[in-house]
Amino acid sequence: MSNDLKSGSNLEKVLRSGHFAFTGECGPPKGANIEHLKEKMHPLKGNVDAVNVTDNQTAVVRMSSWAASTIMVQEGIEPNFQMVCRDRNRLAMMSDILGVYVMGIRNMLCLSGDHQKFGNHPESKNVYDIDSLQLISLAKKMRDEGKFLNGEPIDVPPKIFIGAACNPFADPFEFRVYRLAKKIEAGADFVQTQCIYNMKKFREFMKMAVDMGLSEKCYILAGVTPLKSIGMAQYMAKMVPGMDVPNELIQRLKGAPKGKAAEEGIKIALEQIEEFKEMKGVSGVHLMAIEWEHRVPEIAERAGMLPRPKV
Amino acid sequence: MIVADEKSLPEILDMIKDCNHILVLGCKGCVTVCNVGGLKEVQILASALRIGRKKDGRIVKVDEEILERQCDPEYVAQIKDRVQNYDGVVSLACGVGPQFLSEAYPDQHFFPAVNTKFFGGAVAHGIWEERCAGCGNCIIHNFDGLCPIARCSKSLMNGPCGGSSNGKCEIDKEILCIWDSIVRKKMASGQLNDLLKVMPIKDWRTARDGGPRKRIKEDLTK
Repeated sequence: MSNDLKSGSNLEKVLRSGHFAFTGECGPPKGANIEHLKEKMHPLKGNVDAVNVTDNQTAVVRMSSWAASTIMVQEGIEPNFQMVCRDRNRLAMMSDILGVYVMGIRNMLCLSGDHQKFGNHPESKNVYDIDSLQLISLAKKMRDEGKFLNGEPIDVPPKIFIGAACNPFADPFEFRVYRLAKKIEAGADFVQTQCIYNMKKFREFMKMAVDMGLSEKCYILAGVTPLKSIGMAQYMAKMVPGMDVPNELIQRLKGAPKGKAAEEGIKIALEQIEEFKEMKGVSGVHLMAIEWEHRVPEIAERAGMLPRPKV
Repeated sequence: MIVADEKSLPEILDMIKDCNHILVLGCKGCVTVCNVGGLKEVQILASALRIGRKKDGRIVKVDEEILERQCDPEYVAQIKDRVQNYDGVVSLACGVGPQFLSEAYPDQHFFPAVNTKFFGGAVAHGIWEERCAGCGNCIIHNFDGLCPIARCSKSLMNGPCGGSSNGKCEIDKEILCIWDSIVRKKMASGQLNDLLKVMPIKDWRTARDGGPRKRIKEDLTK
């Protein structure tokens, strides 16, 4: 990794200076309710290095991720703008990258996106003009070569810190580390993983990633989502494709005293974060507290992640 | 081949509600092979329409016929002398058939009796699956002969998404994750390296995105 900053984002600076990064997540509201959005994002302020702003996650239509990211910038919170390949062709992607850069957004996470069949408009046409790897390479070309896909020069190229997602738990497991390698080759500067519950499998995955030298080329942030209830754990285990929730964890939540399953879920997350701090190749944690943004300050505090570094 | 599926009887009855004399016209091409628009299906649909209208108290006269192909002006011309005898013609061909008919006989009404679904083939008796998206620039040699454009729900070019589970696609447990198949095939043959390069962004001009397409074979046009 060279010494020049690629984007100058806070997240990039935190990672570059060797701190253990801590990112959060905030889903925009199902409407134009700006107060609701501010209410959700404020507990994250100062408690994380950047906040992922989801892009019509689970294919449910919400306020656009770029607009919500812009509001975040205005509120003094650094967004990690998510962009999926489901809803935009390459023209819209490139123009949105330019647009978000102008609005002060410096991190972008490139994703395939959940298929629209899962969402609340399953009748819609999908786009998938390019895939998530190609989106990474597109953002890199715009930033480093200062060119559009067609080769034309960009008048002020967007300097974006480029992120990618990685799910070590989807199949085929043996290919997952190679897919990560491809994303890095395409230009990913940092990677946030899917929610990790199966620690044994994740250790195995990280060993392969470290052995292949991937953590030297790219910052890997481990994904953590605290389980709020037994129902949530069972739903994640059975209903969410590519999610691996071991039965022992569900049993542990079931064994918690009545009304204390959520606390047990937080304890599990804190134990995971402790392990990630020491795990070779892991540069930080991505906390996805789904509809639990108000609990982030407490989790950050208990995880020993505060105060966040000023770089 | 082109694979099609039957439209529902009420839908077809509604299309022909103003007709008293119709022709049900089959096609001996793809729709015969996929058991939706051949002679047998022409006869079944004709009977069903007669019965349906009889129940409604409005008798309809239904003639039956099948053409060699409805996507060829030469065969479409074979009904020239009688096509105007009908109030409407119900075509059991793929979406191409009723259009060639409409273009050849602008004064007649043509109704589609099938929904054209995809390019594919039979994987078992009575089961057809999609195989080709007709993108106009075949690249399946890069993927051991399996097409991610047509068969991955997201048309991904660089490997399986995070929703691949036990060889199945995240959108439906009945759908194969074609990327799982591609990866396993490459691993079994020791050629996984083939999948490690980032595939270039596709030029979709050769697909439907480039506008309606046309093929010209010069030597045949002279």
